Amino acid sequence: MLDKDFIITAELQPPKGPDTSRFIEKARVLKHKVHALNVTDNQRATLRLSSLAGCTILAREGITPVFQVTCRDRNRLAIQSDLLGAHALGIRHVLAITGDDISAGDHKEAKQVFDLDSIQLISIIDNMNKGFSDSGFALQGSTDFTIGAVVNPFSIPEELNLLRFDKKISAGARFFQTQAVYDIDGFKKFMDKVAGRGVKILAGILLLKSLRMAHFINQNVPGVMVPDNLMEELETSSVPLMKGMEIAARIIRELKGVSDGVHIMAMGMEERVPEILEMV
Amino acid sequence: MIITEQKDLSEILESLEPFRNIFITGCGECAAACKTGGEEEVRQMSETLKHNGFNVTGTTVIDEACHVLLTKRVYREHAKEIGESDCVLVMSCGAGVQATALVLDIPAIPALNSLFLGDTLRFGQFEEYCSMCGQCVLATTGGICPVTRCPKGLLNGPCGGVDNNGMCEVDRTRKCAWVEIYERLKKTGRVERLRRIVPPRDFSRARHPSRRDIRKTENA
Repeated sequence: MLDKDFIITAELQPPKGPDTSRFIEKARVLKHKVHALNVTDNQRATLRLSSLAGCTILAREGITPVFQVTCRDRNRLAIQSDLLGAHALGIRHVLAITGDDISAGDHKEAKQVFDLDSIQLISIIDNMNKGFSDSGFALQGSTDFTIGAVVNPFSIPEELNLLRFDKKISAGARFFQTQAVYDIDGFKKFMDKVAGRGVKILAGILLLKSLRMAHFINQNVPGVMVPDNLMEELETSSVPLMKGMEIAARIIRELKGVSDGVHIMAMGMEERVPEILEMV
Repeated sequence: MIITEQKDLSEILESLEPFRNIFITGCGECAAACKTGGEEEVRQMSETLKHNGFNVTGTTVIDEACHVLLTKRVYREHAKEIGESDCVLVMSCGAGVQATALVLDIPAIPALNSLFLGDTLRFGQFEEYCSMCGQCVLATTGGICPVTRCPKGLLNGPCGGVDNNGMCEVDRTRKCAWVEIYERLKKTGRVERLRRIVPPRDFSRARHPSRRDIRKTENA
């Protein structure tokens, strides 16, 4: 996945139940359009089919899965166990995330774990690649994971944000999928600041499905701002979803030559991703 | 100090339902400061229970309701009332309730919920700054505890949930603990310390139930 000129990944959300038919349909639509598909891990702390199972299904379909692992629901023992299982099932790309707080989701009274944070998780996977468990014993064989992490290019304080970004790299991260990018100039500045780190950076493309969604993002998603001109475009459009797809395609076009690729988050509209890519 | 809140009256009455003769115990330490188990709250509880048809055999406020030997001594002074009681309603934290349960044969019923170890900002206003993790990290975090003050207990810097005002996504009335740590270290030129990757916590340090006997540790 990382050897492509312009890497295209997309996010696929597993079903909120055991029925995987729609999930598989969407995966097949995306199969030859993207280089890899991320499977989210109980995103927004809401119950979904496991990322590990979702990734296994993708691997069977001949799609490269990116196994998203958060630290909220499992301790270091369970996470390492799942990672070994994932490796045995053919999964080679992992995205290590801290995870949303349990209070954001649909099981608010559950105990949240956070035995690890994302940086510690990256270190642990890096150790497994060297053949060791977190507790230091030699594994029977070593894993061969390509480790990914997330970064928000616009998070402040900037110095603290970059410091954390660098910690992820020194822990073993080789690629980054970023939080949503709408401000191309701001993103370019970020890319300049982090140049020469030797890691691949895939800019996050979050499909704006409606004006309401854009308002929601501006009010609720930290460090992401849909600029006024895009808000206006959505407002004056008779088919906001099409406009959102156009905007996504335009941003991808403008990012070519800026980032190493893009990571498309279509929020349930994954079957429209091929159209977005054609518009690019 | 241990911060407590009074349970809903309905829950207290439900717990007391099998009983008729109630002795009420308060705590002169933390619960008194929280206004949940001092002289005044014990008096009010006594009135409430009488209104609800209970017989209050007696009351006391123990200086430290979690001090087992002291608690035993105080109950000895109230032996007659305790002898007439079916249970003791304890208006203290869970440590105090269990001290009573330890030294008496009749049931100890909690009137409060124990919430957290709190700093007192001013009278009646408490904040949780320490969660007794057994591995204090304050030396490297500018005197601000990320284990407690970050909802996720992160040790290597903030998550992606810091908003543009530096507030925490989980509770927008609070500043992100890591932004506070950063600003504090920045002032004293110690930000570079944050570059170190902090390994996972040793949760065995905070495993329950804990025990400590200074007579043994001092000799060790």
